[in-house]
Amino acid sequence: MSTASSYEFLDKVIKATPDGAYIRKCLQCGTCSGICPYGFAMDHPPRSLIAALRADDWHGVLESDTIWLCVSCFACASVCPVRIPLTRGLLATLKTEMLVGGSIPQELQTALGNSRRYGNALGESPRKRADWTKDCPVPVPVLANHKEPVDVLWFVGDYGSYHPRVQLVSRAMARVLHALGVSFGILGPEENSDGDTQAFAGEWGLFELLARKNIKAMTKYAFDEIITTDPHAYNAMKHEYPRLGFDRPVRHHTQFLLDRIESLKGLFRNPLPMRVTYHDPCYLGRANENNIYEEPRQLLQAIPGVELVEMSHNRALSICCGGGGGGMWLDGFSWEKAHARTTEWRVKEAIAAGAQVLAVACSYETPRFEDAVKSTGNEGKLVVKDVVELLAEAMFE
Amino acid sequence: MDSVVLIKFVPDLVEDLEIDPQSGLLDRSFLRLMPNELDDHALEEALLLKERYGGTVTVITVDTGDVDEALYTAVAKGADRVVKVTGEGFDQGVTDRELASIFHEVLRGMPCELILTGTQAVDDLDGFVGAMLAERMGLPYVGYVTKVESQDGTVIVRKEYPGGLTAEIEVATPAVLGIQAAEKPPRYVVTSKVMEAMKSGSIDEVEAPDVSVEDGVTVSRMSVPETGARAEMIKGSVQDVAAALARLLRDRGVIA
Repeated sequence: MSTASSYEFLDKVIKATPDGAYIRKCLQCGTCSGICPYGFAMDHPPRSLIAALRADDWHGVLESDTIWLCVSCFACASVCPVRIPLTRGLLATLKTEMLVGGSIPQELQTALGNSRRYGNALGESPRKRADWTKDCPVPVPVLANHKEPVDVLWFVGDYGSYHPRVQLVSRAMARVLHALGVSFGILGPEENSDGDTQAFAGEWGLFELLARKNIKAMTKYAFDEIITTDPHAYNAMKHEYPRLGFDRPVRHHTQFLLDRIESLKGLFRNPLPMRVTYHDPCYLGRANENNIYEEPRQLLQAIPGVELVEMSHNRALSICCGGGGGGMWLDGFSWEKAHARTTEWRVKEAIAAGAQVLAVACSYETPRFEDAVKSTGNEGKLVVKDVVELLAEAMFE
Repeated sequence: MDSVVLIKFVPDLVEDLEIDPQSGLLDRSFLRLMPNELDDHALEEALLLKERYGGTVTVITVDTGDVDEALYTAVAKGADRVVKVTGEGFDQGVTDRELASIFHEVLRGMPCELILTGTQAVDDLDGFVGAMLAERMGLPYVGYVTKVESQDGTVIVRKEYPGGLTAEIEVATPAVLGIQAAEKPPRYVVTSKVMEAMKSGSIDEVEAPDVSVEDGVTVSRMSVPETGARAEMIKGSVQDVAAALARLLRDRGVIA
């Protein structure tokens, strides 16, 4: 199972994605390494990794553990002039090699072990997955107990279900859906982690295990479409689940809500006179060219009083929050290796743009950026809110 | 170095524990079981020994429920043989003495140099099984072991003592060792390898030998620890806090 040489590994990389053979066209231009947020701290950022493989320095590649700084943000892949699928192909495949060889930081091991045993990376009880709905001011039907078909299956995700900060986003989302009169339900205890970040951390077997459990659960119920508050779930269901035979329409909550913008406008009660900037999550934007850039911005601009300002890195040039590709579970490792947090760069950009609110649209981001607001000493100067939390603030109380 | 690893399954504390009002014991109907953490360390140490000195690793567990996945995971990690001992009523738990006797009987047909198990299990914290098994087999036992090395037909083990002391002890083999921690954290094995092990279906099932054991100990009641009154947070200015504190200390007779 373990790979003997660079050439054997390159074969695996080529087979990993449809355009995998493009790796042969690498010009060694280094654009990938330049845009990589953690490239400065890697022994082998993408360009140098390809050079090492071409020189058959397989031992040198395996000796370094800095591949674990890769946050699978698709920055490298998005700027490659010959369109090599670096993130999904080269980098994720090298992570698989590292996992098989047993070279894995302890904190990532814990998250992967939790995902396999409990179906969520946080290591919480699967039975308590819907417990957040108990404190929710509106009913959130769990499909197993709900006899009627629904229009919308809302995939809440690990962090939206269990993380105390992200549960606030889930509750805001539930209130907005309820106010719009949307017929919806959640999987509750039948939901498992979407598996996206585990996959990009190289654990494709675990991804398949989790995805198959979700597919089995979703197949039991009647609904028209899936919406998800987590871009990783969106990405996995749109691009990876179809490979496993599950191809149902899926939209991110910002896309779904923009469709109902006129109804939302009628429900706004409180103007929010504030300068807001928006952070583009990698898995809504660059990843697999999902290109969902304008929908969240249009929602924000519809809120009375909101003035939208842009950070210097926006849309396809957005800088990752550091959570993708396993980074969510490698904060200690990343700090030890790089002594940098991308979230801090981002918070400083938001402050420089004059924003009072940093709006986000990914389940990883509210806690990550709130930490960075504190660690950069900007507490009280910048507030972090999911787009749907801002919509709810404008609608209620 | 041929070793045998003994694994006990304990309640997974991710789920809430409940006391069955009828029996006064742990309600096992909703329990989810997992390998005892220190037994997992014993497995890791055995795998490290196999990598270092060659030989085989055999894993034995008593089927108290939910054990298959962990056994396949052990195969995926490098165990050569996994054995599940089945028997009536095991889903209600097995006592330390029963475990030691069952392992003793099962081990009769399995010559090996080392028998490794966790030094204790989190469900009872007794730490009896390794020592009782060694006594029954007439073998030496060392517990709280954190490192094992082979040397000229004996093993040198590192044992932890309280107060930060460690000792290196030479032990004749065969021997029973209670592992406190493996030299490295237990390894992760990718899901695809566990799936492969599952497909090969390589768990040996052994019917439990008849053992009749006088326990001499009966659990009469289990209870959830009772929480005392919560701490009172004294708020206000420095002067207010100091005055309130002085008053409290005076009321309790600490100061005059």
